[in-house]
Amino acid sequence: MTTTAPVRPSGDAPSVDALPQLFRPLPRWVPYALGAVALAVALLVRAVLGGGPVATALVTALVFLMLVSVVSRRIEGTRRAADRTVTTVVTAMFLATLVPLVSVLYTVISRGIGRFDSEFFTLTMRNVLGEGGGAQHAIVGTLIITGLATLISVPVGLLTAIYLVEYGRGRLARAVTFLVDVMTGIPSIVAGLFAYALFVLIVGPGVRFGIGGAVALSVLMTPVVVRASEEMLKLVPAELREASYALGVPKWRTILKVVLPVAAAGIGTGITLAIARVIGETAPLLLIVGTTDSLNDDPFNGRMETLPVFTFYSFTQPGSRSEFSIDRAWTAALVLMVIVLLLNAVARLISRAFAPKGSR
Amino acid sequence: MSTPTPTTGLVPEVTPPPTRGPSQSAPTRLGDRLFSGLSTGAGVLILIVLAAVALFLITQSIPALTADPRELPGGTGLVDYVAPLLFGTVLAAVIALLIATPLSIGIALFISHYANRRLARSLGYVIDLLAAIPSIIYGAWGYLVLAPYLVPTYRWLGEHASFLPVFAGPASSTGRTILTAGIVLAVMILPIMSAINREVFLQTPTLHEEASLALGATRWEMIRMAVLPYGRSGMVSGAMLGLGRALGETIAVLLVLSSSGGFSLNLISQSNPSTIPANIAGQFPEATGVNVNLLVLTGLVLFVLTFAVNFAARAVLARRADFDGAAG
Repeated sequence: MTTTAPVRPSGDAPSVDALPQLFRPLPRWVPYALGAVALAVALLVRAVLGGGPVATALVTALVFLMLVSVVSRRIEGTRRAADRTVTTVVTAMFLATLVPLVSVLYTVISRGIGRFDSEFFTLTMRNVLGEGGGAQHAIVGTLIITGLATLISVPVGLLTAIYLVEYGRGRLARAVTFLVDVMTGIPSIVAGLFAYALFVLIVGPGVRFGIGGAVALSVLMTPVVVRASEEMLKLVPAELREASYALGVPKWRTILKVVLPVAAAGIGTGITLAIARVIGETAPLLLIVGTTDSLNDDPFNGRMETLPVFTFYSFTQPGSRSEFSIDRAWTAALVLMVIVLLLNAVARLISRAFAPKGSR
Repeated sequence: MSTPTPTTGLVPEVTPPPTRGPSQSAPTRLGDRLFSGLSTGAGVLILIVLAAVALFLITQSIPALTADPRELPGGTGLVDYVAPLLFGTVLAAVIALLIATPLSIGIALFISHYANRRLARSLGYVIDLLAAIPSIIYGAWGYLVLAPYLVPTYRWLGEHASFLPVFAGPASSTGRTILTAGIVLAVMILPIMSAINREVFLQTPTLHEEASLALGATRWEMIRMAVLPYGRSGMVSGAMLGLGRALGETIAVLLVLSSSGGFSLNLISQSNPSTIPANIAGQFPEATGVNVNLLVLTGLVLFVLTFAVNFAARAVLARRADFDGAAG
């Protein structure tokens, strides 16, 4: 608050320089200087008291926050000071979130790269104790089970989306929409228990096989497919449908030949992301698929190994020569992460390559 | 494909064209009937599956409900078994929510109102990336990287802050405490919460924002008076969705948490309550007989809990959408 009424210079139109300066912003270099001061203080604290890089960063942020708010309050007033404080806090929060991400990526890559060799992809764990061995059986199992889950979820999910967009009216459609949303929140372990309970009724207690895992995963995957396809189908312009009807094309052919092709790229993206979401699921597979050391490519008969479960047991039950098992676990985690990130990249490529022209 | 033929033997009805929309003529053609039947069936199947999840869990947990209390682990009955697990589940999820809620609002504000637009888009991708990483990887990271890293901090807290019941200590020597589990869960639910918050913040009417800026508000004042009030219900439902995720997260908790059961508010000690999903995943592979049914019963409890939380979150979001529709 300025209390002194500035004296206007006499004359005609006052120049910009002569206007009363109600608000004087902080010079641009000041925050940087304060940042340097804060860093220096933090390094001093570290030299005296010790502490890791995270503690130092935290101290830097806190000191910087205090300095900025004090200096800004003195020069710019309380309102600007609050604004600067919040800007600092929000930026710091964002940077803080990047720390775990970078740490996770770095850990998985640096520890997993050691066993990322050809043996890992060509050998199983049959008769392997200690060194060597691979996860071929787990990779095959993951691909089979996820593939089956996709085969179940995509038709059901796509048809449901078509129902919701093209046919659904009234209470049933509203119930389906709402429950699909709720279904996206089903815990994965509950999906596993459901598959187990279902196949206990059919096969008998103690059941473990691959198709059960596929059913559990499709419970998790279907709502994602529905939601993604629904959004895409809604984006198809009504004019296209109307033009098709006007030419006398029946509704079902309009959907198959006009609506679906237009939305295909978006649906492809959605399906790819849905696969990426379920391919790393561990809990349901732990329950209904079990674990094994050998290659089993028959999903209807006996336990199968999958990458997440392989990772889990290699970490938790490493055996007598644990260092080799832990190495294999990190490599399996790396393979899993590469698969997931590749699927995400593919999804982006699909949506970019096939995006309708002019929509960007 | 041939043209669909009328399936009824009746005289083909010749209704005047203006009243014949595609939806009215649809049921008369075989292809249309098939297609609409198939897609409606798929929608109904979703409802059936959801009902079947509940039904199968109930049927499989009945033996545990009727079993003699002495046959159950612990030997003192159902409630004594389920209650500590429920407590641990809620405790870990609440810790995660306490950490993740302010952070997610900060991240969302940074992306929606602070970063420039091009940067914001790539930052959005980075957050999505965080969401794509499988939970087993977070679990391994929490177990072998974060937990050992936090041990000195816990020791310090146990020595200097032990007057607080939550930091009563003695500090865990492995770092695999319920607080570590909560932190890992927070990292895992951050992406979905920030994504939802970002969406609602971006939906703030530009006119509201410009009006407050034109009145001389600083950016923070504009956010406080225009963006946050507008996004309040969205933030609430985002937090509830995050809570639902945290309640149901299994493998990360199983890897990170070293549990001993029982009730304890002490967040940094060696003895931690387990959570329902982690307990199921840990016990199920070796469980037999009535123990299987007992685990299914705890799964049912979890299902009801997450269903209620998600239901409430979606209801808040749906009401918000109705409101928007009425306003706009």
